[in-house]
Amino acid sequence: MKLDSKIPEGPLAEKWPKHKFNLKLVNPANKRKYTVIVVGTGLAGASAAASLAELGYNVKAFCFQDSPRRAHSIAAQGGINAAKNYQNDGDSVQRLFYDTIKGGDYRAREGNVYRLADVSVNIIDQCVAQGVPFAREYGGLLDNRSFGGSQVSRTFYARGQTGQQLLLGAYSALNRQIHLGKVKMYNRHEMMDIVKIDGQAKGIITRDLISGKIESHEAHAVLLCTGGYGNVFYLSTNAMGSNVTAAWKAHKRGAFFGNPCFTQIHPTCIPVSGDHQSKLTLMSESLRNDGRVWAPKTVELAKKLQKGEIKVTDLKEEDRDYFLERKYPSFGNLVPRDVASRNAKEMVDEGRGVGASGVAVYLDFAEAISRLGEDAVRAKYGNLFDMYYQITDENPYKQPMRIYPAVHYTMGGLWVDYNLQTTVPGLYCLGEANFSDHGANRLGASALMQGLADGYFVIPYTVGDYLATIGPKPVDVNHSAFAEAKKQVEERIQKLLSLRGTKTVDDFHRDLGHIMWEYCGMARTEEGLIKAKGMIQNLRADFWKNAIVLGVNEEMNQSLEKAGRVADFLELGELMIDDALSRKESCGGHFRVESQTEEGEALRDDENYSFVSAWEYLGDNQPEQLHKEELVFENVKLSQRSYK
Amino acid sequence: MNLTLKVWRQKNAEAKGKLVTYKAQAISPDMSFLEMLDVVNEDLIKKSEDPIHFDHDCREGICGSCSLHINGQPHGPKHAITTCQLHMRSFKDGETIVIEPWRASAFPVIKDLATDRGAFERIQQAGGFVSVNTGGVPDANDIPIPKVIADEAFNSATCIGCGACVAACKNASAMLFVSAKVSQLALLPQGQPERYRRVQAMVAQMDAEGFGNCTNTGACEAECPKEISLTNIARMNRDYLTAKIFKEEEV
Repeated sequence: MKLDSKIPEGPLAEKWPKHKFNLKLVNPANKRKYTVIVVGTGLAGASAAASLAELGYNVKAFCFQDSPRRAHSIAAQGGINAAKNYQNDGDSVQRLFYDTIKGGDYRAREGNVYRLADVSVNIIDQCVAQGVPFAREYGGLLDNRSFGGSQVSRTFYARGQTGQQLLLGAYSALNRQIHLGKVKMYNRHEMMDIVKIDGQAKGIITRDLISGKIESHEAHAVLLCTGGYGNVFYLSTNAMGSNVTAAWKAHKRGAFFGNPCFTQIHPTCIPVSGDHQSKLTLMSESLRNDGRVWAPKTVELAKKLQKGEIKVTDLKEEDRDYFLERKYPSFGNLVPRDVASRNAKEMVDEGRGVGASGVAVYLDFAEAISRLGEDAVRAKYGNLFDMYYQITDENPYKQPMRIYPAVHYTMGGLWVDYNLQTTVPGLYCLGEANFSDHGANRLGASALMQGLADGYFVIPYTVGDYLATIGPKPVDVNHSAFAEAKKQVEERIQKLLSLRGTKTVDDFHRDLGHIMWEYCGMARTEEGLIKAKGMIQNLRADFWKNAIVLGVNEEMNQSLEKAGRVADFLELGELMIDDALSRKESCGGHFRVESQTEEGEALRDDENYSFVSAWEYLGDNQPEQLHKEELVFENVKLSQRSYK
Repeated sequence: MNLTLKVWRQKNAEAKGKLVTYKAQAISPDMSFLEMLDVVNEDLIKKSEDPIHFDHDCREGICGSCSLHINGQPHGPKHAITTCQLHMRSFKDGETIVIEPWRASAFPVIKDLATDRGAFERIQQAGGFVSVNTGGVPDANDIPIPKVIADEAFNSATCIGCGACVAACKNASAMLFVSAKVSQLALLPQGQPERYRRVQAMVAQMDAEGFGNCTNTGACEAECPKEISLTNIARMNRDYLTAKIFKEEEV
């Protein structure tokens, strides 16, 4: 199968307008004859479901949480980028496009990224019209802050909870459509499989998480907006329920998986405190606007700090190494996430880490507090400081925060074309769940932008083209494909419920996380990856023998829910390793130790690896097949990224 | 730390529930409360006993899933945090901790500590929105909003919909929640066209769900993890009264 990205011909700025004009439309009176399924209700899902319902389509939306508002987009803190240039500091669509391509280390499509930058300005307008309370200046206009990987202030924000406010906006639009009867909402429902008829996606199988009932839902098109798979690492900043199951089932039904090894390790998270830890908490990147990252100058000082022999406040200015400012004078503390993370790891590897574990560096606000005053710092970051204090019992107004990188986002995801359609016709993928716009590293405040761009401004156009092509003939829910898929789902559940071994599902998940973090985390080597592949295969085999899954299907059964998700992570983990092995270059968040510059920066190999890896599933226990989508750069010149 | 837990166990909505005693042993003070429950659940699973079911997701205090009534207080003893942000250092070694679900007839128990908060969904569906479609909206800076107004609307908008206000109230009133949602949009220019229609629709749905009325005790405000203030209730009452006297529209 030849991958066709369907990027329109022509100059960059004209691609999307031209494409929109060429897409087929569905007559307003015919729209109500179509049903679209939306799985997931985060920024991408809620905005897509609401927008499609507004157009007149019937929408069925699903989320596993008890409310669409609890989707994990809610937890995004820092902000959302848009090329508004309200600050008159030289921003433009072109610059946001360029920053994003460069930040992604030249592994994203020019066409997609330009469209993203282009519609970013509409997103802010839309959100404000819904009543999203963005931060404002005294003059009543919107305020901006700056974020990593950019030298302009283009990030719109709502204190430290931009994600919640944007999601509440999309959720309110969704609620309005539920009220009007255009969206049927299914809370506490988990998607278990995709149903295909004649090669096209025609519905899904779900499990009602309260009654256990397995249900079939038919539709003319299916949209997966199910988020990222960072929880494959067990510890991540993702919510406990975030999972890959929907995307993975789609993958096994024929949707290619794009760049699975591209994961983002976020530099500023609260460090791990012990084995009991269930998740990690992010401290927004916006903190790097005013916080200065440093480590002790010498290993001796670090040792004393680790043992508690001296206090951090005892360290004099000359004992501190502001390593980001030292190495990257022009971007300083605002280098992109992958660069900041790798540098923190370097400090720890050198023995200059701090905290009892020695696995952390400092993020210091003393200078900002003396410059702006404690009140001003509180107004900007108060809720983040409180959150830090609750978790660590340390007061960040009085002493620097301890931070360390943690898994945060996955740039990889289901492969989609320019229309956001996967390799399965009728199956679309939006938001973090797809691979499309961030290349090998995502810039801060761009995830919210992409989720809402896909949902509000891309899918309403592109899905219409597909629907107009297939026509409004109703989908037959009694087709044998539904019965077959349902049977497979039920069999798998019974297989899981028959497991009465000795290790809990969490034990397996934790073990998988250790393998992934150790060998497929911030630094990857050929040797380590090969070792990890074997370890994951063994762990998976052990899972299907020794896991404990209690209870029955016909009840609320969190043990069963978790088991199904971890079983899928155990399969995905191996694909990530395969992908990391096959990409023998470093780029963005994917750092192959074998491929680095003399200064230790990621060294790309554009000649051999300027492509998207799209993996095709060929059957259980068979190696997946790699397809390559060559990346064409007509507008930017590929160069070694430099933030110095 | 070693603790004794008395946990509400209830197989499903129809079954009768009861408090069951468990031991939580070798608990680190640095664990979060939910991580402590994870440890207890791991032990239960290894003994082939059904783990304690509770809602939780983001574990950083923003999704609003977690909802435990701990020693008689929603989200436990500490001020202005959710259950997931509560750490075991807030308890003493040897302490007995009673853990119950939200108790309100409008929030029926699904299983153990998980309740059905669908009533909140229906209230928001009734009117918690500005009726604008995607596209065709003015430029964001065409709507200037004084900073103080924007900040006040933001304070209302921080509500995470957890339901602690209802659980704290002796009348199981949802007034704090509903008024926060009403206030956010009533304060902003974008919310004006539907202001009076919205408040009537949402209050009507709130009443239909069986929540009690407000008697100004203030327990909701005291227990709210996001410190939503009682002022919101006053604002909602004023808008509701205005609507009923002067602007009653068909809802």
